[in-house]
Amino acid sequence: MLALVVITALAFDFTNGFHDTGNAMATSIATGALGPRTAVAISGALNFVGAFLSLAVAATIANGLVDTADVTLTVVAAGLAGGIIWNLLTWLLGIPSSSSHALIGGVIGSTIAAAGGSAVLWHGLVSKVVIPAALSPIIAALVAAVGTWSLYRITRSLTEAARGHGFRIGQIGSACLVSLAHGTNDAQKTMGVITLALIANGTLAKGSNAPIWVIVSCALAISLGTYIGGWRVIRTLGKGLVEISSPQGMAAESASAAVILLSSSFGYSLSTTHVATGSIIGTGLGKKGAEVRWNVAGRMATAWVFTLPSAGLVGAGAYALADGVHGTLGVIVILIVLAVLSGLIYWRSRGSKVDHNNVNAEWTGTVAPAEPEPAAAAS
Amino acid sequence: MSWINLSALWKIVVFGLVAGAGLPALFAGGLYALSLGPHRARAATAGGDGGDSDVLVGGSVAGIVIAALCFLIVLAAVGWSIYEIYQIGHPAPAKK
Repeated sequence: MLALVVITALAFDFTNGFHDTGNAMATSIATGALGPRTAVAISGALNFVGAFLSLAVAATIANGLVDTADVTLTVVAAGLAGGIIWNLLTWLLGIPSSSSHALIGGVIGSTIAAAGGSAVLWHGLVSKVVIPAALSPIIAALVAAVGTWSLYRITRSLTEAARGHGFRIGQIGSACLVSLAHGTNDAQKTMGVITLALIANGTLAKGSNAPIWVIVSCALAISLGTYIGGWRVIRTLGKGLVEISSPQGMAAESASAAVILLSSSFGYSLSTTHVATGSIIGTGLGKKGAEVRWNVAGRMATAWVFTLPSAGLVGAGAYALADGVHGTLGVIVILIVLAVLSGLIYWRSRGSKVDHNNVNAEWTGTVAPAEPEPAAAAS
Repeated sequence: MSWINLSALWKIVVFGLVAGAGLPALFAGGLYALSLGPHRARAATAGGDGGDSDVLVGGSVAGIVIAALCFLIVLAAVGWSIYEIYQIGHPAPAKK
């Protein structure tokens, strides 16, 4: 039973990785600073390193959100199922919604279904998750706008081409930092959940930190997921929101990396997705004449608001299902439903494929490029 | 128990601005210093095609030295921050 939950958690970590590759690498891929495949490989490796860097967020998830006394393995499994399903759905639609909120929402939903609202530590939830979620994109946008404005101001005497060349080099560095930051925040969430499962199982004492094998396996899962790459989300972030130039890319990435790393070290489990989106919008605001596609931004914001409650509902539903069947069999039933749904979503996604070949095609208002032209895309 | 940790909030905003906007600005300063010198002057006067050269190094020695300094400071600041975060993020063995 514990093994099943751990495997589900690692599966979530994997979807988290490929959902969020875009946050780190979308802008570099969009400006051509890094080739799409090189970008995801570097990002995967740095996520691995980042996972070891700071454990503050894992502690928040494991001990700060729900009363560990009320949590059973079934609750954790149902919560994970909620998170994964929401992650895959938003990936299909190409919406960079928050994997963190999907996970937290799922766990909270199943906890409420199992033990009622009193088992949720609402103060921890609001002060360490909800408020940072609302503030972080604004801070990131501010930092990115200031950064973009000053980069253009300082280098205004350089030729357009020289400036592009210089900042493409800088972008490689800043993109690497975002990947590192992603590891410090997002890999932690799964570590936290597995730790929660271990505590629920009685393997670990209440209030424990993540053991080393948990850290290593989460780091591996997230870096693999990152390497596989969520081309759909990369496309929405890199092409959909604003047309991005390399100075803007560097400003956006630096802002994201700084905000995420700082928040991680305070134990705030904020969404790297929200921060990256805020930064990209910020660079659009900081450059004269740049246009932000507010309708795309609005679509994202809507998805963000819905993420916590919807994943919570799915989590609660999954718990009800598992509880109806009882015990280990219940968890197995959830996992089978989960696998079938994932298969369906994957199959649906083949219809409008986005991969490293067409990720940068001209934005036509939809996630999948209008006409897949293999010959043109390959060149 | 406050809902918003104000001291963490302002730290994130201030350090976020210093690191997230300041360091890239320093990098930009480095690029500018690097571009100083005869090559840049030529590109500017040539206009047309020459005006769109993507050559980064202008050729002025002082410029190159200043640029190197800027890039080094950026790298050092990044390295130092990562070290600090590692320290804060692993509270068990640390004394504070």
